[in-house]
Amino acid sequence: MRVPVIIYGDRDLISAMDDKVLNQAINVATLPGIVTASYAMPDAHWGYGFPIGGVAAFDSDQGGVVSAGGVGFDISCGVRTLHTGLTVTDLKLKKLILADALFEEIPVGVGSTGRIRLDDAQMDEMLTGGAKWAVEQGWGSPDDLERIEEHGMMRDALPDEVSARAKKRQRNEMGTLGSGNHYLEIQEVSEIYDQHAAEIFGLHTGDIVVTIHCGSRGLGHQIGTEFLKDMAQAAHQHGIDLPDRELACAPIRSPAGKSYLGAMRAAINCALANREIITHLTRQVFAKVLPEARLELLYDVSHNTCKLEQHEINGETRRLYVHRKGATRAFGPGHPELPDAFQDVGQPVLIGGSMGTASHVLAGNSGNDALSFESACHGAGRSMSRRRATKTWRGRHVVDELAARGIVVRSPSMRGIAEEAPGAYKDVDAVVDVADRAGLARKVARVTPVVCVKG
Amino acid sequence: MAHVAAGNPGHWEHFSHMADVGIRGVGATVEEAFAQAAVALTAAITEPAKVRYDDSVQLDFASTDLETLLFEWLNALIYEMAVRKMLFSHFQVHIDDCHLQAQAWGERVDRFRHQPAVEVKGATYTELRVANEGGVWVAQCIIDV
Repeated sequence: MRVPVIIYGDRDLISAMDDKVLNQAINVATLPGIVTASYAMPDAHWGYGFPIGGVAAFDSDQGGVVSAGGVGFDISCGVRTLHTGLTVTDLKLKKLILADALFEEIPVGVGSTGRIRLDDAQMDEMLTGGAKWAVEQGWGSPDDLERIEEHGMMRDALPDEVSARAKKRQRNEMGTLGSGNHYLEIQEVSEIYDQHAAEIFGLHTGDIVVTIHCGSRGLGHQIGTEFLKDMAQAAHQHGIDLPDRELACAPIRSPAGKSYLGAMRAAINCALANREIITHLTRQVFAKVLPEARLELLYDVSHNTCKLEQHEINGETRRLYVHRKGATRAFGPGHPELPDAFQDVGQPVLIGGSMGTASHVLAGNSGNDALSFESACHGAGRSMSRRRATKTWRGRHVVDELAARGIVVRSPSMRGIAEEAPGAYKDVDAVVDVADRAGLARKVARVTPVVCVKG
Repeated sequence: MAHVAAGNPGHWEHFSHMADVGIRGVGATVEEAFAQAAVALTAAITEPAKVRYDDSVQLDFASTDLETLLFEWLNALIYEMAVRKMLFSHFQVHIDDCHLQAQAWGERVDRFRHQPAVEVKGATYTELRVANEGGVWVAQCIIDV
């Protein structure tokens, strides 16, 4: 190990954590150029190479690496939350109509396709322009851009480094939600913990918000797959001894490292464009069903990325490549990357729960640079395998049980619902409590689902 | 040459991974183990018996070792499923010195009939193993869903 491993959790979370989280965090700590520590967030669980919930930063001046396994297959998978200007009362009579209309209009689930088809030139423009490109095409609002990390466009993306196969896999997947743990939820703000930050974020008890969780779709998955193989070879060529082949990596300054960074940044743009297009589709549905609604973006965060950022290490400012695999960036107050509106309170950190439980809005804290390179958890994290979940619950029963609690679920797959049953996840409240107590980010608001459209 | 269809005596199984799914094919030959691993891949998405044999795709590629070949085989199927919006349930596999030639039969995804639970993003190197264990071939890895 070149650096220590630091895992955030309380007694219950740590004792429930798979031993493999620790093993994987230790493996990450052996990689060249790693700085300060190999971190695991409170929602960490067994991943591939890196644990899910892993954070690690590398210095290119010290032979640091970039790892495809440290970003994962669903590059720039993330969450965005939109205000609606509506309250629970406004929604009451239209809840079912809205659920059906969203399920009808937003392509969701295995085999679904979007209505947008991109030719080769348009594909490259999308991969360069991200959400900014989507807005320029009329799919989204210019006001959204400052409320997205990187202002909606990841710089230094290299579409030429994205293979023809990855582009083909994306050809008809723009504006699709995907499946598994991806969702679109209508949620109610049920509790406020930090009145000042909530006011600045525009959140009040009883407000209705929309949250979208999805990523870079087939393009990101294909890039992840291809570079995993290429980087395993690159690591070998550069004499990097990998404790696990899944940690596939290459020196940041090597041709393989530069190629991956260019392709991964293109995939980040794909994810940002995708969430922007889904937002556009969602706005169209609201315009028909609840025309008084105004869907304004609170913020958009990505939780599977490697980004070049400035961090303070022992009083010295260094430029580091920070991998967050199932971890959310959590810039504190005053960070130059944040829009003016958030300068006083820090970045909104959006934490998704499972469909029957809560999600949370946190705010980035001052001083969390020294704790986790300004990172926090990303979700509840699973506590049970899919296989065990399908043996424990039946999809129909889960839907009925949630309906009895006023939560409307729409999904093409009952088996998918069983696999994503709320009980298959950790207690998201416990996860965010630890993030709050450890100082990674502070709790601002808790939101609970009203409608869930699930892939 | 392994020629394995869902429902035949061939043997596949899933093994536990917290967030994702472990798939394992077992067979008398490495080819049968590869074909069974492919059925296990489909079974992560839907019941393989529900997938008809309407159409097929041919695959032909080589790799440096059997484990990387399994990784490539599963990812090639995941790619074909994604771009063709298909599911496969019937596989014919021939392997000659890390050179794989295969045909996969299946049909277009029907969300009502198949009730597909998850989209597979990729096959991983985690728990990747191709080995002859006591005369039986095992081919396995974790898939990211």
